Order: sequence, then structure tokens, then C-alpha cells
Amino acid sequence: MAIPLTELFTDYTLRTVALGAAALGTVSGSLGTFAVLRKQSLLGDAISHAALPGIALAFLLTGSKAPFVLVLGAAIAGWIGTLVVMAVVGATRIKEDSALGIVLSVFFGIGLVLLTYIQKLPNASQAGLDRFLFGQAATMLERDVIVIAGLGAVALLVTGLFWKEFKLLSFDRDFGATVGFPMRFVDVVLTSMLVISIVIGLQTVGVVLMSAMVVAPAAAARQWTDRTGGMFILAGIFGAVAGVSGAMVSSTAARLPTGPTIVLCMSAIVLLSLTIAPNRGLVWAWFRRQHARRALRVDAVLRDLEALAGQHATPGHGHPLATLEAMRVGHGNVSRSLGKLEERGFARRLPNGDWALTDRGAREAARLHESGNGGAA
Amino acid sequence: MTEKNGLAIEVNDLTVAYRDHPVLWDVDLEVPSGVLMAIVGPNGAGKSTLIKAMLGLVKPAAGRVIIHGKPYSEQRHLTAYVPQRGSVDWDFPTSVLDVVMMGTYGKLGWFRRPGRRERDVAMQALAQVGMEEFADRQISQLSGGQQQRVFLARALVQDAQVYLMDEPFQGVDAKTERAIVDVLQELRSQGRTVVVVHHDLETVREYFEWILLLNVQRIAGGPVEEEFTEENLRRTYGGRVPFLNTGGGAAGGSGVSSPELKSARSR
Repeated sequence: MAIPLTELFTDYTLRTVALGAAALGTVSGSLGTFAVLRKQSLLGDAISHAALPGIALAFLLTGSKAPFVLVLGAAIAGWIGTLVVMAVVGATRIKEDSALGIVLSVFFGIGLVLLTYIQKLPNASQAGLDRFLFGQAATMLERDVIVIAGLGAVALLVTGLFWKEFKLLSFDRDFGATVGFPMRFVDVVLTSMLVISIVIGLQTVGVVLMSAMVVAPAAAARQWTDRTGGMFILAGIFGAVAGVSGAMVSSTAARLPTGPTIVLCMSAIVLLSLTIAPNRGLVWAWFRRQHARRALRVDAVLRDLEALAGQHATPGHGHPLATLEAMRVGHGNVSRSLGKLEERGFARRLPNGDWALTDRGAREAARLHESGNGGAA
Repeated sequence: MTEKNGLAIEVNDLTVAYRDHPVLWDVDLEVPSGVLMAIVGPNGAGKSTLIKAMLGLVKPAAGRVIIHGKPYSEQRHLTAYVPQRGSVDWDFPTSVLDVVMMGTYGKLGWFRRPGRRERDVAMQALAQVGMEEFADRQISQLSGGQQQRVFLARALVQDAQVYLMDEPFQGVDAKTERAIVDVLQELRSQGRTVVVVHHDLETVREYFEWILLLNVQRIAGGPVEEEFTEENLRRTYGGRVPFLNTGGGAAGGSGVSSPELKSARSR
């Protein structure tokens, strides 16, 4: 990064931007945990797109660009959007994903029309609303940060309060209902917190890409932990890191839109998590598969040796490598497998270079048969 | 309102419909207190729906459910539910103990977090199903049978009077089946009532003493000895009985060895 880190603490504008981005990244990232666990990733997209007409209408009705007014408009519209989704799913045969798609595009379309209309107003104060499309961090002011941090704190507090209920809703809604919790109400509360976490990021990240800030941190965090709480905290950290670094880069480099920059930073975290995270990472999965495959190959060669031994009356009769290789054409390196067997004392090399099964190897082969490992070769 | 003849469950005229299509039709059910009851019937007979409707998870078009003398909505604390294990995502990031502790959430009420007492109760329930050493395991590492036992432990934690279980024996290993049967018998010996959606007709006689044969409508119900007959099974399954217990002499079990049933069994 081109910015010296010390500027973060001395430059007022940069500090404001960093604080705001950290707050919104933390809140949307951590709340996104529940969206991801409930397989509602698309809901975030619908809410953020549906918020656009709310922002435009809030401005048209009040003539104000105060952050709280615009965020309130966004929240109400995002909320109505989710209600419409629920209504469509309940009243028609349209499935949830289609309903989300419909609401997303219709609301976004209305928002764009209103935005275009606002641009043409003779009033000079309308300038700048289009930053809600792709987001702009550089214009963030202290009052914006206060709104973001204030609303974000409310969302996190409520989530802390409802933690057990949210978890129940996400894991087993029906069971939650049978132990006496009104799950629809819990759902409404959780969705409301998700709406808050999304609308506070719209000015910085933009409606188009905001859903990435909800889904990506949680998806990355899931790679590293097996606990809901851990995932929640880690997703918040990932969101904050991506938010701060993206906002910093975009507000120092000329004309770089903030939303896409933040999302690119987030993508780097996701990519890293998908590949190298222990247990769930692709790299580890590949190593595990290789290891398992090698073990199976060794077992297969052991079984071959046993099968060959069965054709001879004398135990310890040797067999040439070529015979064993012929039995395992295309199944990897037979001499390496034999080496492994020798290491473990299951096979031994005769003076003439042939290979023979040892007594221990015979017992091991019998054990393999018993446990049914790998089935008939 | 007093408990009529010591009934644990009383269902009257329960009807459930999905878009004009009846899934359950006018079902009546009376389950005495302290029995193990199996609900059997072909696929799509509405067995799971019956349980869900009793628990208010599916809204019935008509009918009422009485648990120990009062409507279910007032007796929720006496009732525990074991859902099909396929109904949740087992890759959910949580531990076995956490899932079992969910059984304490109802008593805890809003906002209170489970503490040491809840943890102890959950550990006890895990021990009862032979899973205590799995307490800290991530739930995705469990086998199907272990998942089922975790769900069972979660219900045990609720310390209920009436247990409703949706296919607990579905696809489990022998060890789990044994563990579930032990738990069922333990529950019965404590005077609790257990209703189980069951698929395996061969074990009905062995595990249960009460039965409901269901195919959208109630076909028959009552003590297994009287109602688990070939005739009733035929009426329930429409002639295609998947399994039939040849031993134990079902009332009217003379036709049991008919070629049709034999071929159905060897399926």
C-alpha cells in the first residue's frame, strides 16, 4: 500500500474513513454469519438493492441529505422489500429465490428512475446521491461515522441479547417453535438487524456490492472455525479489515470507487480462506486425499502379494516386481508402495530382487479382508 | 378439565390440507398415558404431518390436540419433539453439547444463556444415549446414528411427559437402534408417553404396545395385539405390505405366507 500507516492516526479525513469502514465492516460481516448459516445469502442482495428507492424518496420528501434521514429511508425500503418477498412466497407458488430476484430488480429499477429524476432537479443540493450506487468512502464525515457506529452498536447489542434465539432459528426453527419461542418474531428481529447492518454500509460500499460485505466475511470465517460464536467474531474482523484497507486504498488513489475496492480486498481474504484454512481449505483437502490414495495403493499391493502367495505352497516365495506392477497397471508407483510395506515389516526383498510377503504382512492382509477395507481389489 | 381415562394425547377430527389436497383427513387419536406407540403407514400417508400438526408446526384446517387434558398450546412444556435428523444442516458450526443444550432453552426462556446446570443436564442426557465422549465434537463429524442419538439426548433434556419422534430409527446402525430402544423403555418405565413414526413393520411387535395405522385417514388404532393385523395392514398399505412379521402369530395371520407378500418381502 502506498499510504504510510502513520497517516491513519494523523490525517483527520483518513481516520474518519477508517473508523467508519471498520464499523460497517464489523457489523455487516458478523451479522452476515446468520444470513450465510440460514442459506439466505441472496436476501442481503435484495435488501441492499431494495434500499435504493428509499434513499431517493427520503431525499425527495425531506430535501435533506443528513445521513440519518437517508439511512432511515434505506432501512424502511429494505424492510418493505423483505416483507414483499415473504408475501410473494406466502401468497403465490413462486419460490423464495425467484421472489428475491423479482424484488431486487423491481426495487432497484424504481431506485434508478428516482435517482435519474433527482439528478435533473434544478436544485444544486441534489448532487452526490449517486454515490450510493458504487459507494464512496472519501466523502465520509464524522456525522456519518456516528450514525454507522451508533446503529451498528444497536444491531450488535440486540444480537448479543438474542444470541441463543438466533442460533435456534438458524439451526432448527421447528424445534425452536416446539420449545415455545415465537420463531416468526425471532425471524423478524434477526432480519431487522440484518437490514440495519446493510443500510449503514450503503454510502461507503454502494447498493450494488453491499451484499458481498454480508456474505463474503462469513463464508471466509466458516473456513477457520467450527463454532457459531467464533464465526461471528472472525467474520466481523474480516469485514473490518477489508473495509478499512479498501476504504484507505480508494480514498488515497484518485477516482477509485470504494465499494469495488473493498470487495476486492474481501475477495483476497475469501480466496486465502478457501485455499489454506486448515481442515476445510482446498490445499489441506488435497493433501488428505493424496495421503489416503497412497495408503490405499499400499494396501492394494499388500493384497496382491497375498494373492500371489496363495498360489504357492511355500510361504515366503518371492515374486518379481514386474508381476506386481502388471497387477496394478496405472495405479501409481508399485516399488514405492513396496518400500512402505518393507518399512512396516509387511514385505521383504529377497536377494534376487523379488518381493515376498512376511508373516506379519500375511496377518495384516487378513485383517484388511476382515475390516473390508477397500473391498475386493 | 380432568384427564379423560388418563389419556396423554387426544386428537379430534384433525384435518390438514396443502392447497385443497388433504394430507390428513379427520384423524382421531387417543393415546393412554405411559405407552410406546408407533405410527405406521405408507409414504405420503401423513405420518410426519400428523406429528407436526400436533405440535402446531403445521396449521391444521380443523381439529384439536389435547395433551394431558389441556390444549397443546398450554402444555408445550410437557411435550418434546425429535425431528427427522435430515431436517437440519449438520455442517452447522456448533458442538454436540450445544445442540443438546438447546433442549434447555424452553425452560430458560428469553435471553438467559445456558450455564453449568444446563451443561450438567445435557451431559447426563448424552451419557444416557452413550455419547458423552462426543460432547465437544463438531456435529458434522457425527455418523447418522450418532446424529440421531444427539437429537434424542436433546429431547431427553426437556424432561417431558409426552415425546413425539419422527422416524428415529430411519437409517441408523444397530448400536443406535439398541440405544434408542433402551431409552424408549426407560421413558415408559417412568410413565412417560412416546409416539414414534416408524417404518420397520418387523419390529413393531417387539418395540411398541400401541399402534396407529394411518393412510391420510385413520385406518385402525389401539393395542398392537389387537390392531396390528394383516387385514389392517392390507387396508393401510393397499395390499402392498412391505414387511410383515411372520412370527408371533398375528391375529388372522393365516394368510401371511401368501405369494404376494413373500415377493414383497424379498424386495
